[in-house]
Amino acid sequence: MSIYVDETTRVIVQGITGRDGSFHTRQMAAYGTRVVAGVTPGKGGRSFALSGKEEVPVYDTVADAVAETGANASVIYVPPAFAASAIMEAADAGVGFIVCVTEGIPVLDMTRAHALARDRGCRVLGPNCPGIICPGKTTLGIIPGSIVTEGPVGLISRSGTLTYEAVHHLTRDGLGQTTCVGIGGDPLIGTSFVDCLAAFADDPDTEAVVMIGEIGGTAEQEAAAWVSANLDIPVVGFIAGRTAPPGTRMGHAGAIISGSSGTAAEKTRAFEDNGIKVAKRPAEIAVLARESLGR
Amino acid sequence: MDLHEYQAKELFRAAGMAVNPGEVADDPQGVRALAEEYGGRVVVKAQVHSGGRGKAGGVKLATDADEAARHAEAILGMKIRGLTVGHVLVSPTEDIATEAYAGILVDREGQCPVLMVSAEGGVDIEEVAATNPDAIHKLQVDPRYGLMPHQAWGLATRLFSDPALTKQAARILTRLYRAFVDNGASMAEINPLISTGGGKVKAIDAKVSIDDNELFRRPAVAALRDPDSESEADAKARAAGLSFVKLEGNVGCCVNGAGLAMATMDLVKYYGGDPANFLDIGGSSNPDKVVAALEIITADAGVKVILFNIFGGITRCDDVAQGIVEAVGRLDIAIPLVIRLTGTNEELAREILAEAGLAAVASMDEVVQEAVRLAG
Repeated sequence: MSIYVDETTRVIVQGITGRDGSFHTRQMAAYGTRVVAGVTPGKGGRSFALSGKEEVPVYDTVADAVAETGANASVIYVPPAFAASAIMEAADAGVGFIVCVTEGIPVLDMTRAHALARDRGCRVLGPNCPGIICPGKTTLGIIPGSIVTEGPVGLISRSGTLTYEAVHHLTRDGLGQTTCVGIGGDPLIGTSFVDCLAAFADDPDTEAVVMIGEIGGTAEQEAAAWVSANLDIPVVGFIAGRTAPPGTRMGHAGAIISGSSGTAAEKTRAFEDNGIKVAKRPAEIAVLARESLGR
Repeated sequence: MDLHEYQAKELFRAAGMAVNPGEVADDPQGVRALAEEYGGRVVVKAQVHSGGRGKAGGVKLATDADEAARHAEAILGMKIRGLTVGHVLVSPTEDIATEAYAGILVDREGQCPVLMVSAEGGVDIEEVAATNPDAIHKLQVDPRYGLMPHQAWGLATRLFSDPALTKQAARILTRLYRAFVDNGASMAEINPLISTGGGKVKAIDAKVSIDDNELFRRPAVAALRDPDSESEADAKARAAGLSFVKLEGNVGCCVNGAGLAMATMDLVKYYGGDPANFLDIGGSSNPDKVVAALEIITADAGVKVILFNIFGGITRCDDVAQGIVEAVGRLDIAIPLVIRLTGTNEELAREILAEAGLAAVASMDEVVQEAVRLAG
């Protein structure tokens, strides 16, 4: 099984006609994702070619796209100035699962978008995230399909390419994945480590979880406490940013040590205190995962 | 983006807040003139993006214009945490009866702005939070309603018991929230928020940070950036759209993705080396970005080796290889380059690099160990 989405998920793409949107939409369709429509305001009525043989309609609004196609998930590739509004539009149209890839959205915009999504009962993944991939089933976002394979590991990460690095090692070591989720590098994100852990706990196929965290905030500490109280499958962790100086943002808007809180040392300790084995190098993640599965 | 105190005060005044007067000057004569204008008794404050200005000797009290000019002479040009003081703010002294604190930032957990006040102002608020957390009152603000009048009043009652003062404080909190939202701030702080012997409440220090993601739609705020407060490397990185943080080591790092970039620095340290920088070239393989990255890294004479760590996903390795080859052709790089490329089109990338006489390895551990060895 997979978490949140699977091969039956009906996906629309907001910003389908843009440079990034069109490229990644075709990548997703080629992987097997059921892309049913696109939305670009002002371009309704056109169609978008997923491949040489297949095309999908483009709508002016998400509400129209949902009404016509029964879509239940959306992937957002619109520029930062309009991305929060795109999330709110999807939430308002009743889309249950919204993936926002866009990086650089004003934080105050996101306070309002998250509030509306919560009111409407929608799950937002991201923003500033690579998305979610269920190997062999579907992908929503930009995680390359070539690096994943089906298997027993669930993976949750705040990062993009570091996730690929970890998945690459897992796949090469013969450890496939049920689902890989990139929750995003922003300070305000819609889906947390704990949300994903709870979903993996309910998935009978997930036999171990890998959590890739980084400096900034306390999400890893909360996740560690949740793991020790609720989860009976093994968890392996990694924290990026041990060498990051305090008070400086490390690329991701959320990756900043404020005062003495949010350090890699604090997060590593929280993991270890709660029985989570912590890899010292990215390559070690797969080694610890294999050990924890007794393989 | 951090604002200077005098800029933050301007924003606060524009929002209608009671703020003590003050003007900036960049030479002792200017400071003397301002001090005379304010009647002689003034505070001269260094304007740099750093806390601890007072402890560093960057804040001085003067009883007359001559003394103010002497203080300015000492403060202007001094270094506070590596930053040279180019401007001072001159303000008349205030008759301080009490000192409180008020601040707003965005709460990650609550996903909303949180307004914090404390009657124990004038000191480091993190210290109050650590030693006497009950002295800090917090309120999560629903961004859709904003700070409601009863909420501002409620918090103000935590600061003052005299209704005349409470009323003024509530008005300041309301305007602080408005200034925070209207300027796209990530943090806005008044410390201290004072009451005077004459029964006035006002801000006498101000600190504001702007969310960098807001700057594209707020040109007036973006124009407040002080070019002197930014190193050449930082300015260049920002112009090229690169995330860059200078560190003290000698292994120059050039990586795609922030998480992988941090993990690369950590691995350099793990193998006994010292990273010279954090640098994320992002998802693009634009050769101009690679050139800018290499220029920034090689401008640091301490860098002994340049390490590329690229995990090609959507970014194709052959594009990055092309960028590296172009960049190396355009620049005269005297130090060794070690390259790791894995992922989409890595074979093709290796061929492109080989033609240019460059080699690449496939593993992150390998490339980092090699870089550390070459850095000595």
